Amino acid sequence: MSSKALKVLLPALTGALLLALWYAAHFFLISEERRFLLPPPGAVWHAFIKDAPLLLHAAWNTAQGALLGFGLAVVISFGFALLLSLSPLVRASLYPFLTAVQLTPLPILAPICVIWVGAGLASVAVLTFAIAFFPLVVNTTQGLISVDRNLLELFQLYRASRWQQLFLLRVPAALPYFFTGLRIAATLAPIGAVVADMNAGSSAGDGGGLGFQAVIYSSQLKIPALFATAALTCLLGFIFNAAILTLAWLALHHWHDSYERTDH
Amino acid sequence: MPASPYIEFRDVTKRFGDGPLVLDRVSFSAAPGEFITLIGPSGCGKSTLLRLLAGLSPVTSGTIAAGGRDPAAVATDLAFVFQEPTLLPWLSVAHNIEVPLQLRGVDAATRAASRQRVLELVRLQEKAGAFPRQLSGGQKMRVSIARALALAPRMMLLDEPFGALDEMTREHLNEELLAIHAQQQWTAFFVTHSVAEAVFLSNRIFILAANPGRIHAEVTVPLPGPRTADTRLARDYHELVAHVSRLLRSVDPEAA
Ligand SMILES: Nc1ncnc2c1ncn2[C@@H]1O[C@H](COP(=O)(O)OP(=O)(O)O)[C@@H](O)[C@H]1O
Ligand SMILES: [Mg+2]
Repeated sequence: MSSKALKVLLPALTGALLLALWYAAHFFLISEERRFLLPPPGAVWHAFIKDAPLLLHAAWNTAQGALLGFGLAVVISFGFALLLSLSPLVRASLYPFLTAVQLTPLPILAPICVIWVGAGLASVAVLTFAIAFFPLVVNTTQGLISVDRNLLELFQLYRASRWQQLFLLRVPAALPYFFTGLRIAATLAPIGAVVADMNAGSSAGDGGGLGFQAVIYSSQLKIPALFATAALTCLLGFIFNAAILTLAWLALHHWHDSYERTDH
Repeated sequence: MPASPYIEFRDVTKRFGDGPLVLDRVSFSAAPGEFITLIGPSGCGKSTLLRLLAGLSPVTSGTIAAGGRDPAAVATDLAFVFQEPTLLPWLSVAHNIEVPLQLRGVDAATRAASRQRVLELVRLQEKAGAFPRQLSGGQKMRVSIARALALAPRMMLLDEPFGALDEMTREHLNEELLAIHAQQQWTAFFVTHSVAEAVFLSNRIFILAANPGRIHAEVTVPLPGPRTADTRLARDYHELVAHVSRLLRSVDPEAA
């Protein structure tokens, strides 16, 4: 069998096995009166179908918050990275404060954020920004300052201006680092958006996201619907990551070793 | 030999910070179009000498005169080929070759014409669209040389450019380099560890001694041109190789 077919078949088999285990656990492992704690896949699916418009709308709201925060983080972190790449002194003065933002847990930032910009999309975006910003700024800065010495010397030899050195050398050389940061941020952003939504979401103007929905379901003890919400969150993260991986591949596969094709 | 030298070192001394003397009162002059090779034990200051020539590092004392011209003008007339190919991995061969021209603000049409010319010189036309990682070591070095040639330099500084290549490729590139030099007549300063390479390429060979770096001996190579693969079979060539090897051994007991 070709390795390509195996790459599709094996995950499918694993998935089927997990579903079977799930059913088995539900019917054989758990006593009758506690079965509601682990709804079978079928029940989760029904819960999803029943609340589909609501859940999809919530997913869309979360996606918007995640995208907005993520996009802001990309743009602003790039500007910061340029600033930080200027000198070790700039880095020494700013890094502790950037780290402080990173180290403050989201549920604690959330109420402050709600007071500042109001609950709902704005807060979700700002909190997603806060969580995606740090890996982006650190990695991009690292890329901008770790350019091959020989290449810098080449540019110096040909009397490149500061701008030429930045845009023709440092920025392209930083791309692989930038994408490393982007991949970490893309994993954090949807999770961040959901957590932010649990803490700072709002149903005002139809704006509740998946986190907000999860809070409602849990207060109503709708366990199958909670599972459906979890599955949607997963899917969202998966789409987010796949999009970023595709982007990274498009930008880097021509020249960067981490995208070397190993199948020939 | 022409009256005004292309470049002249007068008692050039170099030390880094308060470290030991790296170069001690080095003096020589080079005529336009000369091919000069520097050979000597490692750490004797060969790369440092090239960097002084290129203006990448200042002299500690002494002067570098450029035949009455402004030293800054010399800097724009020179190209440097480093030990590593130093290609930008995200650019195709064609774009890599254009980088120095781009940095000088040369327009796209002129850049394309220069690129075409030098790609032919190093016989890599069909690799114009390739990326560096798709090239062999020898091909990368040829791109690096093409990039230097694209500037139409009057002086070429080459710091062990073929050191990492196998013997066959190296000999082949030596012949190519000499053929291009014969056409273009830039002044060359070439660093190598290979006596055979030094003799094959040069008009003159400077044998440097270390601690502090200085010119220990100078050998003129009267082999006629055009030099080809057959030159390596000539008796004169072998005698010169033996002569330079002996001189080198006297400054560097470890040398072959
Ligand atoms: N930037 C530098 N700072 C301090 N010392 C240096 C620097 N560059 C070279 N040196 C020293 O100068 C000496 C000559 O180095 P180099 O010119 O590279 O020798 P070579 O090319 O002949 O092997 C060595 O001892 C080296 O350690
Ligand atoms: Mg050296």
